[in-house]
Amino acid sequence: MGKNLELITKPLRQANPVTVLILGICSSLAVTAKLKPAIVMALSVTVVTALSNLVISLMRKGIPSKIRIIVQLIVVATLVILVDQFLKAFVYDVSKSLSVFVGLIITNCIIMGRLEAFAMAQKPWPSFLDGIGNGLGYGMILVIVAFFRELFGSGTLFGLRVIPEGLYNFGYMNNGLMILPPMALIIIGIIIWCQKPAEEKK
Amino acid sequence: MGLRNYINKIKPDFEEGGRYARFHSTFEAFETFLYTPNKVVNTGAHIRDAVDMKRNMFYVVIALIPCFLFGTWNIGYQHFLSWGQDATFWQTVGYGLLKIIPLYLVSYIVGLAIEFVFAEIRHEEVNEGYFVTGFLIPLVMPADVPLWMLAVAVAFAVIIGKEVFGGSGMNVVNPALLARAFLFFSYPSKMTGDNVWIAEKADAFSGATPLGTILNGGTTEQLPSIMEMFVGTIPGSVGETSKIAILIGALFLIITGVSDLRIIVSSFAGAIVMGLIFNGIGANSAMEVPFYYHLMMGGFMFGTFFMATDPVTAAQTSTGKWIYGFLIGAVAILIRVANPGYPEGMMLAILLLNVFAPLIDWCVVAANVRKRKNRWAAAERSAK
Repeated sequence: MGKNLELITKPLRQANPVTVLILGICSSLAVTAKLKPAIVMALSVTVVTALSNLVISLMRKGIPSKIRIIVQLIVVATLVILVDQFLKAFVYDVSKSLSVFVGLIITNCIIMGRLEAFAMAQKPWPSFLDGIGNGLGYGMILVIVAFFRELFGSGTLFGLRVIPEGLYNFGYMNNGLMILPPMALIIIGIIIWCQKPAEEKK
Repeated sequence: MGLRNYINKIKPDFEEGGRYARFHSTFEAFETFLYTPNKVVNTGAHIRDAVDMKRNMFYVVIALIPCFLFGTWNIGYQHFLSWGQDATFWQTVGYGLLKIIPLYLVSYIVGLAIEFVFAEIRHEEVNEGYFVTGFLIPLVMPADVPLWMLAVAVAFAVIIGKEVFGGSGMNVVNPALLARAFLFFSYPSKMTGDNVWIAEKADAFSGATPLGTILNGGTTEQLPSIMEMFVGTIPGSVGETSKIAILIGALFLIITGVSDLRIIVSSFAGAIVMGLIFNGIGANSAMEVPFYYHLMMGGFMFGTFFMATDPVTAAQTSTGKWIYGFLIGAVAILIRVANPGYPEGMMLAILLLNVFAPLIDWCVVAANVRKRKNRWAAAERSAK
């Protein structure tokens, strides 16, 4: 079990897909202006990564290696469409604010990376856990970035006002740069900056 | 020398193993600030010139003093002008000082505190890099900028602009400009528009900068005269308005050899060429602004003389400097005219070219290598 547990914990820190492998950056910049879409996006990616890892792992012996990328794409695309339809049915407003980025999960490097590097050579259960771990590792960074961006950019969390009205009367203002994607990149950079020395100490 | 003795007395406390060893960098910074250090390097020769970093930085600050003095006066002048009040010279200066001293306090306290903390964490000496940056930052701000915003901007510029890359001399972009750009994108309502350039302005007074006028579709006739813009009795960032003060400082930097003339000349050339191109097209009122107006408006001169020439962030090769300067001038005018959302193109142009400077240098070096290779190959052929 220890080894299986590691499949989930490792991608959270020392093998984090965003801060260590620098994958999936584009969507981290695009969907993190607010917490709610970020969490929905994180869950969607986790579901797609875990299930596609599982499916590909089940099929891995039957996939001819020459056309494996096409096969992987079909599996991922099917799952993404399912997730997209699900979001449209149950959380329509979030699905609208995420717009194309749900569809673009197909191109998320983390998913293809895990399929190629892990699921093609591992048994279904570890593959599934690996997908969960990487999805959570990605989601964790998304939530951290979105927390700071929404707090300082809009003064809210989950759409609720957190920074008291009185502060605005004193001249406090929301930071417009936080809403712009470059700030997401800077925050991810700062996270990496903080994480690196902590990892090296171990 | 009571002070020297006192420092010698408390020194062991700050050495390794002492009570306050944690604050070694801070102690050292103050000691070397007060007295010339007696440390001598024991390997290799480090001296290239009698001018060291401390001297260099100090020259830049001296060159900025005319801008500082005029800016202080102009803050008061614009304020009383907007209210239609008469004020004596000393009232004007007094009001200006009241506005500008808090800006300097915030800039230096926040900036130096961060520098000291990072020096302690890294066990390095505190260096003089922030001396100039801290002096520049209030000069590129509107006089009315809220102090807490200034503090946030300074912290951002020093940490993200400089310390992440390893401190002074390692920064990719000019920290003072980064502070301004940060505020520009973060709090646009406090950094652009007609209401920010005059401290506690009367509502009836327009208060638009020349660039703001152009941005809102104003024609050349509505601008202040060239003479007004040259002397600097116009609204604008603290240090940028007076071209006379800038030129005095610039002359000092050129004579002492701190600024590179190549960048200055080519930046002017770039702005003039771009201005002439737009004059030639002349499709709207912004394009019709005569090219020599552009040299007088906004932060063009201030940016060219004090920021584009920053030796750390500029291109290093000789040819590279020509290209770098020319592109700064050209891009600045291009952004001003073509993108009405960003009136101050100079800031964005310098930041952009700061980022491209290493690439320019790389291309220049690569071209030189190729040229010498070809020459060698030709000599080889003719020898056969």
